[in-house]
Amino acid sequence: MEILSQVHAANLVRWAKDKPEVLVLSGDLTAPTEAHLFRDAYPDRFFSMGLTEQNFMSVAAGLAREGFVPLVHTFGVFMYRRALDQIAISIAYPSLRVRMFGFLPGVTTPGGVTHQAIDDIAVLRGLPNLTLLECADATETASVLDAIHPLPGPVYVRMIRGDSVRLFPADEPLRVGQARVLSREGEITVFSSGACTEEALKARTLLAARGVALRHLHVSTLKPFDDPRLLEAAAQARRGLITMENHTILGGLGTATAELIAAHGLGVRLARLGIRDQFLHGASKPYLMREYGLDARALVRQVEALLHTDFAIGEDELAAVALGAAHSTAVA
Amino acid sequence: MAKFVSAEVMTSWQEQTRHVAHGIRCRVLQVTIEHNGGYLSQACSSADILATLYTRVMRLGPSQGPLIPRPYPGAPGPQNPASFNGRIYNGPTAPDLDRFILSPSHYALALYATLVETGRLAPEGLEQFNRDGSSVEMIGAEHSPGIEIAGGSFGQALAQAAGIAMARKLHAETGCVYVFMSDGEFQEGQTWETLLTAAFHKVDNLRVYVDVNGQQVDGRMDRVMNLEPIQAKLEAFGMQVVRVNGHDVAALAEAIEHHGPGRPLIVLAYTQPSRGIALMQERGPNLHYIRFRDEAERQRYRDHLRAMHAREA
Repeated sequence: MEILSQVHAANLVRWAKDKPEVLVLSGDLTAPTEAHLFRDAYPDRFFSMGLTEQNFMSVAAGLAREGFVPLVHTFGVFMYRRALDQIAISIAYPSLRVRMFGFLPGVTTPGGVTHQAIDDIAVLRGLPNLTLLECADATETASVLDAIHPLPGPVYVRMIRGDSVRLFPADEPLRVGQARVLSREGEITVFSSGACTEEALKARTLLAARGVALRHLHVSTLKPFDDPRLLEAAAQARRGLITMENHTILGGLGTATAELIAAHGLGVRLARLGIRDQFLHGASKPYLMREYGLDARALVRQVEALLHTDFAIGEDELAAVALGAAHSTAVA
Repeated sequence: MAKFVSAEVMTSWQEQTRHVAHGIRCRVLQVTIEHNGGYLSQACSSADILATLYTRVMRLGPSQGPLIPRPYPGAPGPQNPASFNGRIYNGPTAPDLDRFILSPSHYALALYATLVETGRLAPEGLEQFNRDGSSVEMIGAEHSPGIEIAGGSFGQALAQAAGIAMARKLHAETGCVYVFMSDGEFQEGQTWETLLTAAFHKVDNLRVYVDVNGQQVDGRMDRVMNLEPIQAKLEAFGMQVVRVNGHDVAALAEAIEHHGPGRPLIVLAYTQPSRGIALMQERGPNLHYIRFRDEAERQRYRDHLRAMHAREA
């Protein structure tokens, strides 16, 4: 599978070239959030804001009020935890075109509890006017700027950095409000997001070899959560629906799915894979995904539980599973 | 339209401005009596500052807002085309005109009264104050007359004003961004983050008038969380600071004459929270929100208002 490096850094420079209204604000994390090439290319549109998170969320709002589109770059935790009131009152309430790029979602950093955004969606979902997105691969990272630019209100993106896998074809960009239908067969439905989608794809490969198909949708728009594809796939989950997220199961994708099921009276059994109401600690992504049940293994075991079957998928198979590109079955 | 322009009886702009300030205190006292409660001390401390800003300091165009404010239009944003912003009462936005940002929205009533006294709002507009469904809210938000930013959560308005000021510099606009703040807001960490930022990015089109009335909800600031010496702290943060008597309209107006390039200007306006209504001193030290203890006390304030009106005449 193709691995790309620093996708956002280069894309940001290319994308912002003909957009003089776009500014970048950085909270002393310029290279760590891949904003350094923008800084070097457009120094007049780059603002070093230091460690003043509450301040620069509000400053971004002021800039947006005057017609600029500020892209705020820092780690997610330092926005939604440190500056929640500023996001709510300065940005979300007036519904300003501020774009918040929250890096280091959940297990994607070994930085431990202070750096891992495990509850950003839960915290921010309750804010009116805010659109919440999550990037899962190089294609989504490279297309998210285009996807959100037309939105008239504020956007928070769970963003990835460094080396990223390409799960989705480069010509199938992220589209706001549209889940990717990756598989239409099977009596169990899986909704996965972010880093968990790659794991779900691995699990599907293993289960397919056992003759088990999963209906699989990748969710990049976490709010609004009104895509009819999701409702349709939930309604078809005869043997259960499994959500899988790099986030606490309280208030994120799993919760939104529970609300969808309940609101439509679907009566579908729901299993939520994700961080189970606990803090993580500093360790590698593969270790954390295994330890906290966010990996292909966890999905395999959950499918086995729903089907009351042991598929005898061993550790060697889990370790060896390789992926091809995940083509969406959806027609754009 | 506005009383302060009748030049036959007013010999100087200072007198006119003081007349506006007196009118602000009278109107806020009247509303406080009618509602049996209000942010009265804030009007007493800030009346001269607001009057000076609106009549002498800021370059504002004529109000674009209806004399009788429209009802609450719903929350702002592109999802609500019916929404409007209270800044229309401060005139149009234009590159050469100034902007006014009220930071502590608890001063809303004092600001509404200022708009009335400067002909930007009808006196009858105040009848909607704190009525359900009205935009003339007690702690105003950005649909309230004269209010551009919901400033009720302290420390955020200054940062947003700094953002607006930075944007105006990027757009090569010549107008300034004036911010009215209260001293209590300088207890917020965000305020100091913003000062750091405004100095670093040389936001010198930002001018902040601070009502240093020494008051907060729990009482005197020096007993709750002392801030003094404020001037030294602000200067250490790279601000240009002018310290004035906040009831001296000439000094308040002159303060901006000292503003040089490269730094924001902070005008520390030292004020008395019972200025013009000495009766309030009996209620100290907690003057944040005045609600009369009984009808007898309310009557004493009615009598005081009558005396103030008589003085006006």
